[in-house]
Amino acid sequence: MIEFKLPSLGADMDEGKLLAWKVKPGDGVKKGDVVAIVDTTKAAVDVESWQEGTVHELLVEPGTTIPVGTVLARFLAPGEKPGEAAPAAATEAPGAPAPARDRKPVSPAARRRATELGVDPDTVEGTGPHGVVTIEDIERTAGKPAPGAPPDRAAEMRKAIAAAMSRSKREIPHYYLAETIPMLRATDWLAAENAKRPLTGRILMAVLQLKAVALALKGFPDLNGTWREGLYQPSQAVHLGVAISLRQGGLVAPAIRDVPELTLDDLMKSLADLVKRARAGSLKSSEMSDPTITVTNLGEAGVESTFAVIYPPQAAIVGFGRVAPRPWVEEGAVIARPTVVATLSADHRVSDGHRGAAFLADLSRRLQEPENL
Amino acid sequence: MNADALRPLVFAELRKIAPELEAGEVAPDKLLRDQVDLDSMDWLNFLIAVHQRFGVEIAESDYAALDTLDRICEYIAARNSTPS
Repeated sequence: MIEFKLPSLGADMDEGKLLAWKVKPGDGVKKGDVVAIVDTTKAAVDVESWQEGTVHELLVEPGTTIPVGTVLARFLAPGEKPGEAAPAAATEAPGAPAPARDRKPVSPAARRRATELGVDPDTVEGTGPHGVVTIEDIERTAGKPAPGAPPDRAAEMRKAIAAAMSRSKREIPHYYLAETIPMLRATDWLAAENAKRPLTGRILMAVLQLKAVALALKGFPDLNGTWREGLYQPSQAVHLGVAISLRQGGLVAPAIRDVPELTLDDLMKSLADLVKRARAGSLKSSEMSDPTITVTNLGEAGVESTFAVIYPPQAAIVGFGRVAPRPWVEEGAVIARPTVVATLSADHRVSDGHRGAAFLADLSRRLQEPENL
Repeated sequence: MNADALRPLVFAELRKIAPELEAGEVAPDKLLRDQVDLDSMDWLNFLIAVHQRFGVEIAESDYAALDTLDRICEYIAARNSTPS
């Protein structure tokens, strides 16, 4: 029997609200099939199956808020018949925390809310699955807010971001590096390329930057991976988390998978699709849990450079500022050239500044050869 | 269709990109990207929407001139006499 658990879809997710099942008992599921839609503070996420099997039973009713790690459903393994005693296996996103077994079942978010409201969570009766104490239980006990009151989504997202970023700054010893990169070749190449293309086929500078980052990372596994439970695991694949600001405030950083293998056209299509779905609040669970590093671009907000906070459990984040003409020294003369400040924030437990500097130098070199991206 | 008649239609396309905009919120003669939070992806999607609705091809080298709602409408009006 396979236990299908609510995966962690990022460091800022403690719980989610099941909105709908996309399967019913008896349905076959393959790895990657969408099984349920779960509302997080950031988006309604299509939660995918990580294993093949047949849906045996659904354990949670839509509308229920459940903590990460809760068993949502049970699947029969391939070839398994109902009633057969088979070893239990869990299906959840890699890295999802194991459910707590040695303490009262209270979601981490509910514990934080209990602290804020001065409620002892161990005295609260849980109404979640298996008696788990939820935020609603804590707030009901504290007498606020009124049951049924619509959640303040912006406030919830702010709290989630606050929790993830506080954890990052508390646990990850960041170091920061910056490199000014000449962009004349990249801007000229892109202008010539886009002049040949119809409007619908044009490429953004952000796509060149993402591809250059991804290619450079192939030589820097100490920047591309995850730190979990005291152990760093480099990733063979480069799945770039792309920081996308939402129009209603806040941001998400879902992944584009296997970026080094994508052509610029494919990467542009993937980025356009991801931005569209992120702003529509429709992302896949794998996109939320897969990033091996994040890239943030605040250049269009007008800033010169950005020194970003690492998104746990990742070990680095790359930032880009605005591409703009600036004074540049070439052959002893000061001339105006388009440049961009690229930055790296990295986990000092995993890499040293020397490695980070080499990465930025590699990134700069790749942006001087846009035709090879 | 002249630029004045085009303005509400172009604004409607802009609102698909930035749904938080209210009618009358954008001054047509002021810099558009100073008034509306548009990144390069939003901007490209807006121009694609204009292209698809009005059948106007827009060169990347013209982007800089399309800096107000009025100038965008004038650009469309000068290139297409039969908008949908």
